[in-house]
Amino acid sequence: MTFPHRHLIDITEYSRDDIMLMLETAERFKEVNERRIKQVPTLKGTTIVNMFNEPSTRTRSSFEMAEKRLSANSLNFGGSSTSTVKGESLSDTVETLCAYKIDMIIVRDKHAGVPRKIADLSGVHVIDAGDGKHQHPTQALLDLYSIWQEKGTLEGLNVGIVGDIAHSRVCGSLLPALKIMGAHTVAIAPPTLLPACPDVLGADEVTSDLDSVLPDLDVVYMLRVQRERLEGAPFPSLREYNMLYGLTQARDRLMRPDAIVCHPGPINRGVELDSFMADHPERSVILDQVYAGILVRMAALYLLLGGSNDGIDA
Amino acid sequence: MALMLKGARCIDPQVGLDEVCDILIRDGKIVSVGHDLTMEKGVTRDLSGKVIVPGLVDMHVHLREPGYEQKEDIASGTRAAAHGGFTAVCAMPNTDPVIDNAVGVEYVKARAKEVGACRVIVSGACTKSLGGEILAEMGDMHAHGVRAFTDDGHGIQDAGMMRRVMDYASQFDCVVMPHCQDDSLVGEGQVNEGVVSTRLGMLGWPAEGEELEIARDIALCRLTGCPVHIQHITTARGLEMVRAAKAEGLPVTCEVTPHHMFLTEDDIDDTYPTALKVNPPLRTSDDAVALVAGIVDGTVDAIVTDHAPHTDWEKDREFELAPFGMIGLETSLASVLTNLVHKGIIGYDRMIELMAVAPRRILREEPVRLEAGSVADLTVIDPDAEWTYAREGSYSKAGNSGFTGCAFKGKATDAYVGGYATMEDGVVVE
Amino acid sequence: MGNGPEIIKSVCMDAEDIERAMTRMAHQILEVNKGADDLAIVGIYTRGDLLARKLQERISSIEGVDVPLGALDISFYRDDYMTHFAPEVHSTDIPFSIDGKTVVLVDDVLYTGRTIRAALDALMDIGRPARVELAVLVDRGHRELPIRADFVGKNVPSSSDESVRLFLEEVDGIASAVDILEVAPGERVGAAPLQLRKGE
Repeated sequence: MTFPHRHLIDITEYSRDDIMLMLETAERFKEVNERRIKQVPTLKGTTIVNMFNEPSTRTRSSFEMAEKRLSANSLNFGGSSTSTVKGESLSDTVETLCAYKIDMIIVRDKHAGVPRKIADLSGVHVIDAGDGKHQHPTQALLDLYSIWQEKGTLEGLNVGIVGDIAHSRVCGSLLPALKIMGAHTVAIAPPTLLPACPDVLGADEVTSDLDSVLPDLDVVYMLRVQRERLEGAPFPSLREYNMLYGLTQARDRLMRPDAIVCHPGPINRGVELDSFMADHPERSVILDQVYAGILVRMAALYLLLGGSNDGIDA
Repeated sequence: MALMLKGARCIDPQVGLDEVCDILIRDGKIVSVGHDLTMEKGVTRDLSGKVIVPGLVDMHVHLREPGYEQKEDIASGTRAAAHGGFTAVCAMPNTDPVIDNAVGVEYVKARAKEVGACRVIVSGACTKSLGGEILAEMGDMHAHGVRAFTDDGHGIQDAGMMRRVMDYASQFDCVVMPHCQDDSLVGEGQVNEGVVSTRLGMLGWPAEGEELEIARDIALCRLTGCPVHIQHITTARGLEMVRAAKAEGLPVTCEVTPHHMFLTEDDIDDTYPTALKVNPPLRTSDDAVALVAGIVDGTVDAIVTDHAPHTDWEKDREFELAPFGMIGLETSLASVLTNLVHKGIIGYDRMIELMAVAPRRILREEPVRLEAGSVADLTVIDPDAEWTYAREGSYSKAGNSGFTGCAFKGKATDAYVGGYATMEDGVVVE
Repeated sequence: MGNGPEIIKSVCMDAEDIERAMTRMAHQILEVNKGADDLAIVGIYTRGDLLARKLQERISSIEGVDVPLGALDISFYRDDYMTHFAPEVHSTDIPFSIDGKTVVLVDDVLYTGRTIRAALDALMDIGRPARVELAVLVDRGHRELPIRADFVGKNVPSSSDESVRLFLEEVDGIASAVDILEVAPGERVGAAPLQLRKGE
């Protein structure tokens, strides 16, 4: 048995077994990350390009860390649309990178569909590190991992996702991924932040009334409010957003005693999350999610690149 | 010099003609239509098995000249038109510079006369530089022969401005052709708002962004009396509004494109095919069905391509960065024959009405009829030719078609403009 | 993993042979190391870990002390990761420091030596043992690296188109034995397919 995927671009192409293997493999890497020498030679000699065409610190650092801990050679390419700024087309950029004889491209781009295009153009392995408002599959996997570690299962969990679902690539992967794993999902947002067809993403229920569903949720997943997008704002003020959709200390009593709180970071304290919730010792798994990011990214690299020279007899 | 077209099935609903007969042409005009015609000397073409119809007109085409000759120019665009069976096209004014004055009009006319392979009907802008703020010199352009005004590519955002355009235009014998798009609703919309915009994570271009301006422009038509032709209508509700306006007796007409009838948003898969990025966007299959119903019941007046050529390098990029538009001149007739005529949804009569008669009427052009005395603009169709559209063999500079690889039945083989062949046996005449 | 038709050519150790060999090796390990002080037993997944447990139980009961036991997963250290890859789910579990210890690495069949090379690298990344010794149930020859075992249950001469495999009753559900199997052309010579124990 080998892993049945070359790329991690669209989470809906992964089966429940594929995702479970990814999570279990991530768990194996805990041991590597908790010892003195936090590095294994698995990817020695492979070259991975981190093509971040949009500013990103967290995701890129997490991928870089995962690559280094697996001994891959990583090359950071781009930064702020370097090639686009100089007028080079995406295809030319990708062909240039491929001339370096690389094994994998990790791509973040502000435009939907770019990772698929790169996969078609390059022939190397591609991981989508977030494309526009479309998908962010490794974020979904690390979220699943964190929830799985905390709850022991994903099947049958009642997961509420609160916030800007319309413009969230996190949701674009997380909602379908939760669906694949058998969870029940509730999309909670003001109507101005809901996509045209939330059911297409995998939302079982849609509501704008957080308090009505909060008592039933096992997992409350808070999305980041895009403060920078408040021009032509989808809600009147941060204050009102916090009132209606923020996970405040007052809402704690509405929540199940064992409900957990997730957030993809970075947090806007006082907007979508009060500090009481963000730092809640029992509920908040936000820092576990950051650690899970390293683990699932190591797992993704390990599974996608394994056996990739099949056919070339060693 | 005389030309005899023999043995084709000649169809023209304007004169109630549908039979196998001969057509004799002399000095650019039809001399007679009848059986077993003879002439003393001249060229005879045996067209048995073919269909002859009044020359087809595509009243919505971007020839891109002046300014964007890398995409298409008048020479290549009119050759693509001839190859697709068209004897005339109406050129949109969103060139660089914009055709918003008589000088621009004369330039396009002169170029068309010099290098064109079909007639070019010039449309002018409603507002200066398509800016939507200052009236263009419609009177001067009208004096230079322009009978259709449009800011195609842009909706005129301000209702007061649109009223001014229509009020002012109503003094001339002309039509105003709005591109209906409310920017405050459409914004950066890329694809139809709904299933596909959600699945592909792109901003939606809602049907209402089009319908709102259709409703507004029908209201302004009522207010000003100015004839209005709604461009590239795409939604069921938009069409319903036109249906109601016609019932009311308002001078409202509309057009649809083959791509909005025969392609839908569902064709936009996760490969993000930029050839299918068009404005207005491909809509739902319900909308496509409604458009075809409008074709059948007469609500739709014309089939047009909105032929919008772009270079490979402009289209071969991120979906959200690629320009809107697809080409269509060389597939329009074939797609209509394949999907509507051969399936029995409409007959040749209705096709001719949609692709030849109504466009001339709306554009205030002289009618072309298969009868003695009419100008000899004719399209010859091989209804049974089976072929597959590929970029190779096409005359357009561009390849951004949504129909690449599609199999068709039926195509134009010959075209005559003023009695001269512009295409013979599928090859454009130079 | 090879699922081609395999024919058992011969049984070279039966269950009793295996138990006797383990007991002998336990005594040899204690003899060479002069007791169980600073001794640790580490088995290599999969099967080496099970043999390691047997050895550790014997040594502990002979000496009356609890010798630390660990399991080592070498998949992140394999040199055939890019060519032959079979994702499996188990991870290194060495719940004690190996610094300064004498680590007895345990594996089922010693063949090319590549597994042991990987295991030594893995071990060195975990700590700095004073000494590493190697115990294997079967040594079948055909070494590709300069590696030899300190303790051997049985030397089994084999040809390279044969597979030497250990079956253990507790995981394979059949009587424990070391079998020589004929390998179909093109199939890999490897460990017996072990059922993944999911959700264990």
